[in-house]
Amino acid sequence: MIILTKKAWIAWYFIIPAFLLHFMVVAVPSMLSLALSLTDWNGFGKINYIGFENFFELFDDRVFKKAVKHNIIWTFIFLTIPITVALACAYLLTGIKKGQLIYRLIFFFPYMLASIISCQIWKYMFHPLHGIGAWLSEKGYDFLVASPFTMKETSLYAVAWVDGWHFWGFLVVIYITGMYQVDNSLYEAADIEGATKWQKFRYITLPMIRPVFVFTLMIIIIWSVPTFDYIYILTQGGPAYSSEVLANHLYSQAFERFKVGYASAIGTLMFIYVIFIICIFGILQKLGWEI
Amino acid sequence: MIVAKYRKQELVVNYTILTFLALIALLPILLLFFNSIKPQEEFGVNALGFPKTIRFANFLDAWELGNYAQIFLNSFQLVIGTLIICLLFSGLAAFSLARLKPKGAMIFAIYLLVGISIPAQMFILPLFLLWKNLNLIDTHIGLIIIYSGLNAPFATFLIRSYMIQLPEELFDAARIDGANPFQLFAKIAVPLSWPVFLTAGLIVGLAVWNEFLFALTFMQDENSKPISTILFAFSTRFENNWGLVSASAVMMVAPVAILFMIFQRRFIAGLTSGGLKG
Repeated sequence: MIILTKKAWIAWYFIIPAFLLHFMVVAVPSMLSLALSLTDWNGFGKINYIGFENFFELFDDRVFKKAVKHNIIWTFIFLTIPITVALACAYLLTGIKKGQLIYRLIFFFPYMLASIISCQIWKYMFHPLHGIGAWLSEKGYDFLVASPFTMKETSLYAVAWVDGWHFWGFLVVIYITGMYQVDNSLYEAADIEGATKWQKFRYITLPMIRPVFVFTLMIIIIWSVPTFDYIYILTQGGPAYSSEVLANHLYSQAFERFKVGYASAIGTLMFIYVIFIICIFGILQKLGWEI
Repeated sequence: MIVAKYRKQELVVNYTILTFLALIALLPILLLFFNSIKPQEEFGVNALGFPKTIRFANFLDAWELGNYAQIFLNSFQLVIGTLIICLLFSGLAAFSLARLKPKGAMIFAIYLLVGISIPAQMFILPLFLLWKNLNLIDTHIGLIIIYSGLNAPFATFLIRSYMIQLPEELFDAARIDGANPFQLFAKIAVPLSWPVFLTAGLIVGLAVWNEFLFALTFMQDENSKPISTILFAFSTRFENNWGLVSASAVMMVAPVAILFMIFQRRFIAGLTSGGLKG
């Protein structure tokens, strides 16, 4: 009996190191965060339990509300533009033979770049003296004279452009992998019926890659929540909070003002939202969406 | 395979659109490279073109000014340290999930799946306070532990998906010879799974090399920072010295670009399989 138990346990010995590592780095601090969100702790003094006070305070926080709005805009941008371009691009790629691999590699390469590199590249591209704005202005087009990162109206969109430029090639590769798994006889049948390219895309390609498509929708929604690097590097949330997102707001509350409880409350809301999204997609899957 | 048959004119349209998109992806990166070998005085007159005089000394200057001998060593240490810990621990866990299949292994798999989706902002502050109490701030091992933990779910799933396909007969034969589970892991599973360890290593290594948020938070000592956050500071310090900043950026990209050329398929397959945020 003892030997049997021991044998069963051996399999768990293999799991324990990885589990402990992840538990210490992610699970323990996450649970601490849940607990701290109910306190007014500032990182040093006494810890007082204040119930849901932090959460109520958030609803009066002007910057928090802006950040939520910007996160929603951000999610919406990524759910539309990169997806559309990537779908079109992947579909066009399946139609060519020569040079297909080269195109794929070129589209994918920006996804390998660090956030700091993409930001550096586009800081220069949008620089008022050196970038494309100056070049266009010489040609008589004056719409990009100032850096879009420094203007209230455009800062958020300019940063989203940089992240999107880095990200969309990833979608292309995912979609094209899905498109290659579509049974070719479907297209042949459509050809006999005289279907147009658009009809084939709309009624064969799109339904057939739906699992992949839904998967990308989910990861875009989830990944849009903690978006941080690009905004922190390019605009620091400015000017005048015009590009502030939740992650930046949390970061400044946590590491500049040491409002531990308040920052934890923001983090907790982000976590709840992500779990909510995962549950929704889980339910859709149960209902037969076959993600 | 051909998804749709195209006529010649349609192919021209295809190639035109694809080339246009490829230029958007490629030209900015190419310009970064041009700028890295451009002398400072040319930025006023030739901002977007290939340099008229080539100045490789930008790299030497940046290397000196940025203390990059130390900084690249730091990044290198973080990558190697993370690879050792993360791949060893993930490999062990993956082996157990794939071959030993203990009762309740599903619970661990679900735990990892939830773990992968928790936004970093949820735990970064308590983790910082925890690391402060353990005196792990500003130490490489502290950051290596964090990176290993963060990447463990991805690496575990990737390695598991490979190990589960290994033929059971090999393990049976070794069991008859009296091998214990650890010997099965070290002598059979790992040697046969080297391709997936290579893929996982490339992806985790890339993630560590490029990582910004945790490096920013947990490494405040100038001499122990990795290249990602140093480049951020460097680009502020030498804001208008585009040659120096671009040369630094090219140095950070170079190892990634070289490895990408050699292992493109592994990078693409690995990155698109797990859904790891870059």
